Amino acid sequence: MFKLDHYQLDNRLNDITLSINAGEKVALLGPSGGGKTSLLNVLHQQSSEKTCADQIAWCPQEHGLVESLSGYHNIYMGQLEQHNALYNLANLIKPLAQPKQAIIELSLELGLDSELLWKSVAQLSGGQRQRIGIGRALFRQQDVFLGDEPVSSLDPVQAQKILQLILNRHSTIVLALHNRKQALENFNRIIGIKAGKIVFDSPTKELINNKYQAGLLDSLYD
Amino acid sequence: MINSLVNMKSSRNTSLAFLIVALLCIPFADLVVYQVEPWDELARMGQGLLQPSLPEFSILADSLMITVAFALIAVSGAALIGLLLALVFHFRAVRIFCASIRAVHELFWGLIFMQIYGLSATTGVLAILVPFSGIFAKMFAEIIEQQSSVPHSTLSSRSDRFSRYFYSWLPQAWPQMVSYTRYRFECALRSSTILGFIGLPTLGFYLETAFKQGQYDEAAGLLFSFFLLIASIRWWLHLPWLGRKWIPSYVLVPLYLVLAILALPASPQVYGSSLGQFFTDDIWPRAVLNGGIVASFQWYQHQLLDVALPALWDTLLLSQLALVLTAILVLVFYPWASKAFFPKPLSFMRGFSRTVLLVLRSVPEMIFAFVFLLILGPSGIPAVLALALHNAGLISYLLMRHSEQLNYRSDHATGLNHYFYDVTPRVYPHFLSLLLYRWEVIIRESAILGILGITTLGFYIDSAFEDIRFDRALFLIVIAALLNIAVDSFSRRVRSRV
Repeated sequence: MFKLDHYQLDNRLNDITLSINAGEKVALLGPSGGGKTSLLNVLHQQSSEKTCADQIAWCPQEHGLVESLSGYHNIYMGQLEQHNALYNLANLIKPLAQPKQAIIELSLELGLDSELLWKSVAQLSGGQRQRIGIGRALFRQQDVFLGDEPVSSLDPVQAQKILQLILNRHSTIVLALHNRKQALENFNRIIGIKAGKIVFDSPTKELINNKYQAGLLDSLYD
Repeated sequence: MINSLVNMKSSRNTSLAFLIVALLCIPFADLVVYQVEPWDELARMGQGLLQPSLPEFSILADSLMITVAFALIAVSGAALIGLLLALVFHFRAVRIFCASIRAVHELFWGLIFMQIYGLSATTGVLAILVPFSGIFAKMFAEIIEQQSSVPHSTLSSRSDRFSRYFYSWLPQAWPQMVSYTRYRFECALRSSTILGFIGLPTLGFYLETAFKQGQYDEAAGLLFSFFLLIASIRWWLHLPWLGRKWIPSYVLVPLYLVLAILALPASPQVYGSSLGQFFTDDIWPRAVLNGGIVASFQWYQHQLLDVALPALWDTLLLSQLALVLTAILVLVFYPWASKAFFPKPLSFMRGFSRTVLLVLRSVPEMIFAFVFLLILGPSGIPAVLALALHNAGLISYLLMRHSEQLNYRSDHATGLNHYFYDVTPRVYPHFLSLLLYRWEVIIRESAILGILGITTLGFYIDSAFEDIRFDRALFLIVIAALLNIAVDSFSRRVRSRV
């Protein structure tokens, strides 16, 4: 699925070698500024050059929301390619029944009040904006999900709920996370990145059972 | 540090180069005062200014309405066309097309459309709409380019261009586009006024008549109405004074548009050429139509060497002088209006200077030039003065605002020391880039001032139209457009250096 061989990106990524197969659920852990975002960007860029370009739901750290549009339209953007331009334009002027139904359902699953969908996203709070961003990625309805700290502004309970939503709906997932617990509980492979280098890359089970591996995890944040 | 030194050096060199070129221009330019006694005329004008009078109410109302109607319809149409053109602006052909329609001045378009549609509303609207479409397309495309591409990155690459444009790029760019369109509307009001100088029934027509007949009181009255019109835009475009019940502009603008269409003057019967005949026959020289290659070549050679080049030379001389005079005036004007020098909340000096700058930038060059021609006689001086004053008004205003946005130490120097050591060095790069942006406009305008009788390109174009020599007129318009495009690309290169 994703493959990097001794990859180098100026001084941000250093000698990265990894391969991620379809069906794996991978969490990237590491201190801020360590290279998680750069690595995700590289994976996303690389895949968009290949044929699988369109099978990825991409959820960047900045969300990429369009401020003046409503939450509804920001989520709907995930399926622009499934309709012709006139349909999309009509939906921009007046939300059409079919996508409206689907997006209201999705927003309830995300814990968003459906009234919030009709406000412009500039008026929403950080957590609400983040969920709209995830909403768009989920609405893409793809097999692969790439996300950069998608639940960072949510409280632990809500974060867990939404992580579960992402996990249930995608077969292959690569997420950057800053919460260790979330990573250990939900993912079957964890990659630790620090100063642009991979510090460890191992199955979650080993990180829990193997003392040496657990030490590596601790050293990540020293 | 080294970087800023290099920058300082290159902006100094650029400034010096322009200054030297301007000094070299002086001996060649026609800078004679023909009027022996300018003071009489000036005194009568001053009297008119102090005792303005208004023409008959119906004339004033009519001309104001038509001026606004032309501008409003043209800007709405042009913004819409620009919006669509911006969507396909990545095609080279579209970019070239837009560059060439905006390189021809509104008045030249007016003269062209007049041959087909006569002195009608169609001519008035199209004269503004066509070049403005090209300007809108370019500006909108640039604004869109500046927007974040992150929203775009989360979309499917299979989504169509049109949908992406309307969901991702357009909503992001919208606020900037609206404010640019509002600014353009103000420009369109000026253009619409100026179209009166070629006979369309806008404010400029009555202004020119009043000036020509020496009725300076009436001219002053019309000029004041024009100021009021420009200054009041914000009051009637938003209606904020209606309080909470204000009407949003997406209701107001269509409403005004309908009113504008109703207000358009009835078009007289035209006995000119048809559109087809104009483009296939009228604008081509006989020699080309007859298929004589040698004769065609000779015709073009004659037009180029004997008409176009001298006109081009004069246009360049005047615009170069105007550019440098503008620069000098800006450096003199801007501190008086800036809070950086007059920080008191109610500074008389600042208020006064700002009013002067407002007047300078809202009076079109054409009107300044017209007045100066009356006072000083037909030479290059009125043109240079008019161009420099109008542009200095505009650039000083922008530079003043820039100087107010900078942070100063609480113990900064005052007066001349503050000016020479602190503020001016810091605003200088911005000043140069504004000036270089304006260069293209100054060239366009100095070509057009020829319509008043100064021997720039516009003079020869206007006379060619008067002699019904459409072939020559069109050839010269193309030359003027090429000059614009060349200067635009040259100034872009200089801008990237400083």
